[in-house]
Amino acid sequence: MNISNLTEISIQTEDFDHGFEVDLLEKNNVEDGAVVTFSGRVRNKNLGLKVKGLFLEHYPDMTEKLLADIIETAKQRWNIGRVKVIHRIGQLAIGEQIVFVGVTSKHRQDAFAANEFIMDFLKVKAPFWKKELTELGEIWLEAKASDKEKAQTWSK
Amino acid sequence: MIKVIFFAALREQLGCGGTEVSAKCASTVAEVKDALGKKDESWQNYLANNSLLCAVNHQMVQGDFSVKAGDEVAFFPPVTGG
Repeated sequence: MNISNLTEISIQTEDFDHGFEVDLLEKNNVEDGAVVTFSGRVRNKNLGLKVKGLFLEHYPDMTEKLLADIIETAKQRWNIGRVKVIHRIGQLAIGEQIVFVGVTSKHRQDAFAANEFIMDFLKVKAPFWKKELTELGEIWLEAKASDKEKAQTWSK
Repeated sequence: MIKVIFFAALREQLGCGGTEVSAKCASTVAEVKDALGKKDESWQNYLANNSLLCAVNHQMVQGDFSVKAGDEVAFFPPVTGG
């Protein structure tokens, strides 16, 4: 990545290397002093049940388009540089990485805000669905009202 | 024909990832749903779920959205990624 405002989106089954992704955000990027990353992992418990793993499904083509729209909105709202979003699909075990959002900016405020904004809208807009493998069997997760409310706070 | 696809819990409930509906039978998303219910009566309950979302050609739409031959209509539950 040599271009200062490069955007990359990857939907993949394989794991990613957090350090490598940070290096890519920083490499040949001397304009941006701030790098903010978020990564989400599979927890061992949810809604009081022991979780053994996750299955993640998505809507190919639409997912990439929606994530690109979210990132574009963030770029218009904040002064940010590079953006990388990775989301994994398929079968994931406890502790495995699910999602990565990395944003660079000249100063920290823009990268902090844009990273949170991208994650909040990914949660409520991007067509991914999680099925948990729990001690009681397989359960498709239901969307949380709190996630929707959180995303709505950005329009205030 | 209109291509129809299903995701996640809905795909499992219907036991099928997708099908086709004749464009003669449906001019809106809501009519696509009706046509699917006629195809297979056991599908009616699952498709009647008000929380289901719909996208036409990868764009989120409401039930009154117009559809035509060649469109891809997707029905799915609220998303839960991240």
